[in-house]
Amino acid sequence: MTHTDDRISPLHGAGGELMGKLLAEHVLPHFAASSAGRINLSDMDDGATIALPTSGELVMTTDSHVVKPIFFPGGNIGTLAAAGTLNDLAVMGAKPLALSLAVIIEEDFPIADIDRIVQSFAETLIGSEAALICGDTKVMGRGELDGIVINTTGIGLADPAIGDAGARPGDVVIVSGTLGDHGMALLAAREEFHLETELVSDVASIWPMIQTILPLGGIHAMKDPTRGGLAAALNEMARKSHMTVEIQQSDIPIRDAVQALSDLLGISPLEVANEGKAVLIVDPAVAPQILETLQRHPLGCDAAIIGHVSIDYPGRVVVTTDVGGRRFLDMPLGDPVPRIC
Amino acid sequence: MARPFQLSDPVRARQLADAIAILAPPRPVKIVHVCGTHEMAITQHGLRRFLPDTVEVLEGPGCPVCVTPTADIDAAVQIAEAGAILCTFGDMTRVPGTRLTLEQARSKGCDIRVVLSTDEAVRIARETDRQVVFFAVGFETTTPMTAAILLDDPPANLSVLVSHKKIPEAMGVLLGMPGTNIDGYLAPGHVSTILGLAPYRQHLGKFEIPVVVGGFEPLDILYAIALILRQIRDGKGFVENGFPRAVADEGNTVAQLLIETVFESADVRWRGIGTIPNSGVRLRPEFSQFDARARFQIEGVTGDEDIPGCRCADVLTARATPTDCPLFGTRCTPLTPVGPCMVGSEGACSIWFRYGGRELP
Repeated sequence: MTHTDDRISPLHGAGGELMGKLLAEHVLPHFAASSAGRINLSDMDDGATIALPTSGELVMTTDSHVVKPIFFPGGNIGTLAAAGTLNDLAVMGAKPLALSLAVIIEEDFPIADIDRIVQSFAETLIGSEAALICGDTKVMGRGELDGIVINTTGIGLADPAIGDAGARPGDVVIVSGTLGDHGMALLAAREEFHLETELVSDVASIWPMIQTILPLGGIHAMKDPTRGGLAAALNEMARKSHMTVEIQQSDIPIRDAVQALSDLLGISPLEVANEGKAVLIVDPAVAPQILETLQRHPLGCDAAIIGHVSIDYPGRVVVTTDVGGRRFLDMPLGDPVPRIC
Repeated sequence: MARPFQLSDPVRARQLADAIAILAPPRPVKIVHVCGTHEMAITQHGLRRFLPDTVEVLEGPGCPVCVTPTADIDAAVQIAEAGAILCTFGDMTRVPGTRLTLEQARSKGCDIRVVLSTDEAVRIARETDRQVVFFAVGFETTTPMTAAILLDDPPANLSVLVSHKKIPEAMGVLLGMPGTNIDGYLAPGHVSTILGLAPYRQHLGKFEIPVVVGGFEPLDILYAIALILRQIRDGKGFVENGFPRAVADEGNTVAQLLIETVFESADVRWRGIGTIPNSGVRLRPEFSQFDARARFQIEGVTGDEDIPGCRCADVLTARATPTDCPLFGTRCTPLTPVGPCMVGSEGACSIWFRYGGRELP
């Protein structure tokens, strides 16, 4: 078995000297915050510790990330893994405390790319004060996986946690910004479309924005509209609460470039992933304050009220279209495919 | 500041709806379109809300995936089982064949690739020594793309399973079928950019019913419907261009020449309708070396299309709405499709299931 210095070899995952070198040179140096308790990342122990908070409830989430292409306009799989986990905590109303980072890498993967990915992961953690406290590295043979897979688990503290089932009649529906940016940027970046656009993923940790609205109270349900986009998030919120979510299409913030690509491909911007947005269902009495507070944060400058909650069609989402018609917005079935003609 | 003119402007839409209400006769009117994109636009924008209850707009045989006969799916499965790489558009993989869908064939080890354009099939063929077959479906909008790859020095290991169809011929046959009772056609804008207006005059002229080419924005569609109703009010029936900003009378002559050079007319089978003379194409003899049917000796494959309880045949001939079918939304959903109209994302049943048909106030 041979290895070169700039590519991943099976030895990097074998737990020996070479893996230690990989971690010491290409992973650990990226993380400023690596401690949430007495035993931390740099101890390289079998586990790490988190000091117990005195009140509230702990929230735990896990997510595995595969993305194609691995580097895309606006981020890479490292940004996505960090933001994905932090955002899952944030929309539960939980301040992120600690994360794990497990990486499975294909043999021959460039080490320089590992550096970029881990650096992006670390940078995404900075604004959230979350620490990376443990991790794992494995290597699989060439062709056994497509480049790199990342799993992250996150633990956060909420007081109390906010679910996604709490919508009540009369509540107001808010989105924290433009929709469809991540999904459309990735579609545009896929080589088979031969497109050149200026679309950029919205991937970002939204905790810094969410923490500004939590003290206002009145948030009955919250989700991050990732896979399946706004359509999936709202349908889940409607189904779990047995309420109707009614939205106004003309109030949904969508960038012109996103809409244009969406029209071209026949794929709705409401059905593709966002990686730096939140959907909130809130008490009408605090809705204006929540909206204003979101809009004051750089990540929420395009936040908008897009609808309200009613009881007319339990479990369904109804859209009043731009032209003034009405239709259901259904749960997307799977990965969207462009239409034939 | 004046807002730019929007083709989804709600005020103008309301004005058109008022005009439609005045033009519509007191008796029920059935308008049929033949384009999945029209159905998507009508349903996604909720345009049926702008029409009087007496004016019904239905999708006929407008979804290329839905009208592809079982026999062609079976041929594709057979080719894939023979070891070729079979390239096709996404929706085709879930359409039921006699034995298997292409998706099921893939899970049994066949190499089925979903492509987004004909070019991709060519690229795949250039990168392998294996046989690559492009399953070419679609109406006159996709036929020129298939013709273009065959005229551009294609690799010898590429062949084409031709299942292209011609829509004006089918529109004519539908008018002669019992029980269709069509009062007017909203003709497809995309297909018309290629064909122009002459084929509609040729195949539909003798029926003397309104045929209006319509675009795909909300105002385009409402405008075309208003033109159809005006013809009905005036007792007329002719081919009219309601989409002049994209459709020229003579169509796209370059694309027509591509089709003409590579293909000749053929009698083909439409699911739900049967065999229609000259309603499809086959490769001209000088391109026969690219014919996948010949290369893989596919002959006489006839598929069984009778699905008990399924009313796709009536939906495809505009004799039923999706919600008229007892299986709609019960046994037949986009996740567990029984008939092809629930499989194709442009199928009327799939669209009505996802966005709602007429039930929203």
